[in-house]
Amino acid sequence: MPHDHPHHDNHLDPMDARVRALETILTRKGLVDPAAIDVIVETYAHKVGPRNGAAVVARAWTDPAFADWLARDATAAVGSMGFTGRQGEHVQAVFNTPQTHNVVVCTLCSCYPWTLLGLPPVWYKSPAYRSRVVIEPRAVLAEFGLDLPPECQVRVWDSTAELRYLVVPLRPAGTEGWSAERLATLVTRDSMVGTGIAQAPQ
Amino acid sequence: MTRPDTPETPFDAPWQAQVFGLTVALSDGGLFTWDAWTRAFGARLAAGVGYWDAWVQALEGMLAQCGIAPPDEVTALANRWQDAAHATPHGVAIRLENAPG
Repeated sequence: MPHDHPHHDNHLDPMDARVRALETILTRKGLVDPAAIDVIVETYAHKVGPRNGAAVVARAWTDPAFADWLARDATAAVGSMGFTGRQGEHVQAVFNTPQTHNVVVCTLCSCYPWTLLGLPPVWYKSPAYRSRVVIEPRAVLAEFGLDLPPECQVRVWDSTAELRYLVVPLRPAGTEGWSAERLATLVTRDSMVGTGIAQAPQ
Repeated sequence: MTRPDTPETPFDAPWQAQVFGLTVALSDGGLFTWDAWTRAFGARLAAGVGYWDAWVQALEGMLAQCGIAPPDEVTALANRWQDAAHATPHGVAIRLENAPG
């Protein structure tokens, strides 16, 4: 091939080139709209995050009727706050108690309640977390800095495409009379996956 | 003990965001269910492939299986994109039309 064209040293990662190729084929066939892809990426990279889930948890802490609804039909309860899964998945809320700590994993891939927590963190997607938390949850939680009392049982929930879990952590002591908005600031992402607990008030 | 959430970007490279958006858009459009997607993706992960490489492989596999994007066509077009990158100066968006020949 004659090199009569300008040559630069731009080089695409091979995966980058393949993804561009897929997108080109699908766009040409009218199966995707590049603008729609941009909106999806923008939404999940920047707009949707754990603040949604924190609002749900804080409301459950302050509104017993909502907590009851969340326990019975979390999909409808979070839907009433505008958080609806785009893939038609159901949400189940699992409530921590002094006797039971809940932790969530997806052993198959990385199913996660996107609309409530955003996209999963790197550790949630790692083979180590996905395989180990089922076998030795206490050891994994200890690595997250969470040392549970021996009398506290650990329940592990395995997410699927159709059913995603939200952990409702215990409300921290010393927050009596707090508003839901203020309480939400104590609800961390990790506390809603079960690898942490809600923060204590400063 | 509690620790603050570590801020994290969900993607390490733009192509990861792109293939994520592409897959969600295809599922939104009804080409496959998210359940079917997770099974294909999970199978690649179970084979020990890294997270985002597994994602691309799974999507390629599904699109090849239904005849929408035959692997040869994907490879040929990926090469064209690479040619376009080589022919594009730094700081300029890479466009497929810039591939020489």
